[in-house]
Amino acid sequence: MRTILAAAGILVIAALPLVAPWLQFVLTLAVAKGFAALGVAVLLRAGLISIGHAMFFAASAYGVTFLARLGVNDFAVLLAVSVLAAAAVGAIVGSFLVRYRAIFFAMLNLAVSMVFYALCAKLYGVTGGTDGMPVPIPTIFGISLGEAAFKQVLFYVSLMLIVIVGAAVHRYLDSPLGHALSAVHTNEIRLEYLGIPVWAVLLIAYVISAALAGLGGAIAGFAIGRVVPDFAFWTASGHLVLVAVLGGIGGVPGAFIGAFFLELLHSAAVTVTDAWNLVVGAALIIVIMFLPRGFYGFFEREKASAL
Amino acid sequence: MLNAIIPLLLDSLASAALIFFAAVGLTLVFSVLRVLNVAHGSLYSIGGYVAASACLFIASRQMNPYLSFVALLFSAVFVAAIFGPVVERSLVRWTYGKSEAVQILITFGLFLMLEDLQRMIFGVQSYYEDTPMRLLGTTNLSGVVYLNYQIVLIVMAVAVVVGLRFLIRHTRTGRLMTAVVADREMAQAVGIDTNRIFMLAFSLGVFLAALGGALATPTSGIAPGLGADTMVLAFAVAAIGGLGQIEGAAVASLIVGLARVLAIYVAPELDAVAPYAAMLVVLLIRPYGLFGSTSVRRV
Repeated sequence: MRTILAAAGILVIAALPLVAPWLQFVLTLAVAKGFAALGVAVLLRAGLISIGHAMFFAASAYGVTFLARLGVNDFAVLLAVSVLAAAAVGAIVGSFLVRYRAIFFAMLNLAVSMVFYALCAKLYGVTGGTDGMPVPIPTIFGISLGEAAFKQVLFYVSLMLIVIVGAAVHRYLDSPLGHALSAVHTNEIRLEYLGIPVWAVLLIAYVISAALAGLGGAIAGFAIGRVVPDFAFWTASGHLVLVAVLGGIGGVPGAFIGAFFLELLHSAAVTVTDAWNLVVGAALIIVIMFLPRGFYGFFEREKASAL
Repeated sequence: MLNAIIPLLLDSLASAALIFFAAVGLTLVFSVLRVLNVAHGSLYSIGGYVAASACLFIASRQMNPYLSFVALLFSAVFVAAIFGPVVERSLVRWTYGKSEAVQILITFGLFLMLEDLQRMIFGVQSYYEDTPMRLLGTTNLSGVVYLNYQIVLIVMAVAVVVGLRFLIRHTRTGRLMTAVVADREMAQAVGIDTNRIFMLAFSLGVFLAALGGALATPTSGIAPGLGADTMVLAFAVAAIGGLGQIEGAAVASLIVGLARVLAIYVAPELDAVAPYAAMLVVLLIRPYGLFGSTSVRRV
């Protein structure tokens, strides 16, 4: 039943730009944020809140532009390498950070991401400073497309990635390794007694979440056509957590429900009011107080993770 | 040699004073309420906006310019009286005893709302009102012209440290706060009205944030985005000193102030990196901060 719902949802989203072409950009961005929020949600399952995941989002987008500058011009290669780069950064940062819990984990993620942000903003010669860098339009398997055609391909590729990556992450969360995450949240010491290395469980989760954030960042970079340091600012990280929590961390669809809901609501709201953050902030507070399992809670059968 | 060191030292002290105002309220609120208030930076910038508006009003009505000093202080009291009790009662109280994720998210929601409220009320243009700074004039210190206002800032910061210490150690309210920090349940059991203490401590935190914003306005002006920038800087300082340690925040702001000024003199492009790099190094070695400890908690 839920699989049918998810398939129907993706088909509807795939069809939306045929009706309203301007929605394509909004939806591509929603997919990008959905991936990043999914990464944050993976860690939230273990009770770890990261206010720094926008760093991986930005790192991978910067990775795309650096690679492009080196002459790599293939979409698939750019996407794959930049996601791997984000995962590598995640492995390095994670190996230090997964030793910490609760507020210390949140603070350290914030610190690392702000160092990254400040470096991106200040090293004008390397990163273009606050002006950022343009993301070129790559070729797809050797075929060079115009901008409009590329954006269309990007949109449908990213929808396809939701299905493939989403299924993979679902399998991961449903595996013993994934269940160990909620066990870390419940009782970490018991897990150690069972002979499961908490450190390894969390490091794997951290690398996966960094790679997901990186995938989102690469898609966002291609869609926007420019990468700026603000991608990595702490408010961007906060937004990713917000998307994850609004959607619900109980399952893979939650992050995407949150992202699509927010982006579509945003496009609708700008015609009425420009106090968008006011609306989102209030929505976040209301959802946390009254819907601790997020919007995804409506679709869940059994009791699943909440904050 | 001395000519090079004195301005450097005074610059870093003044910069440290401003950072300290932002961080001390955050650390005080965390110490008593055990809530990390992500909206703290917004309260700082609201204090700045209110103070700037009050000073501009005084200037436009041709009133005695020295009134603007009163306006700086009064606007901080005003912001604390409005936001302190309301925010604590409605939002923060709900998060007591909940996980850090919930606390951070609720206050992040508040941060988003306050940022937009500021934009709606004060607009997106930057405010610049330096009457208080001009009134105090400059001093010539061994050939270097120095703003007296910055010396006032340093004095104010020292006064806040001493004042808070006095409040906590020697007044009834302060001792009640210490009791609540030491053991919340026990304090409740012996009849301390913890809710009142929480509200007082939170309002005091808001006052300190708003005071920082108000005092910073004459030197640097105020513009949208200040709240977000201040928040993470205050966070860095509070984390370096150890969350909940007031003296720790003072020392940490000196470290960050010195690091920033040194960075500006040595490698200007690293000025923004310095506070976060310091935070990262300290947290990796001592995650509970320089003066914090894992088990013992005190104000």
